[in-house]
Amino acid sequence: MPIKFRHDVEKVLKEAKDQNKPVLLDFSAAPM
Amino acid sequence: MHVKDDAAAFKKYGEQYNAHWTPTVLELDSNGEEFYRVEGFLPLDDFLAQLMLGRAHMDFKQAKWAEAEKRFREIVDQLPKAEAAPEAMYWAGVSRYKGTQDATALKETAKSFTQRYKDSSWAKKASIWA
Repeated sequence: MPIKFRHDVEKVLKEAKDQNKPVLLDFSAAPM
Repeated sequence: MHVKDDAAAFKKYGEQYNAHWTPTVLELDSNGEEFYRVEGFLPLDDFLAQLMLGRAHMDFKQAKWAEAEKRFREIVDQLPKAEAAPEAMYWAGVSRYKGTQDATALKETAKSFTQRYKDSSWAKKASIWA
């Protein structure tokens, strides 16, 4: 199953804090 | 975020999180603090095992011993050939010991290393418990 990456880092970090969830932050060289 | 997609974001967060090579994947806690890092390409199973290892270490650091042990054992059970599997088996034993304070957990882990992953550095580390 492909991972649906999100790109709004600040929004994701805020949601993670609100929902007490961890976050995967990917620094890749090319679009997936 | 990707270099080609959004170079500005890559630069900003790369500096913030000290990610100066690609690929770099960070596992962050809910406060945005890094708790695990995978740098460089890995084959799929090894990559998945590393991500699972990071998540298990997060539970370990939060003293969630049962959850940590379960997550470490999942790596050994589901991805036994991954490079992270011996490390996961080691920490599964430590997690059980921390949760139970029963040294048998460490002895059993050392015994398991005589049957699996005996050439790994983790087998050496566990040998003191035999």
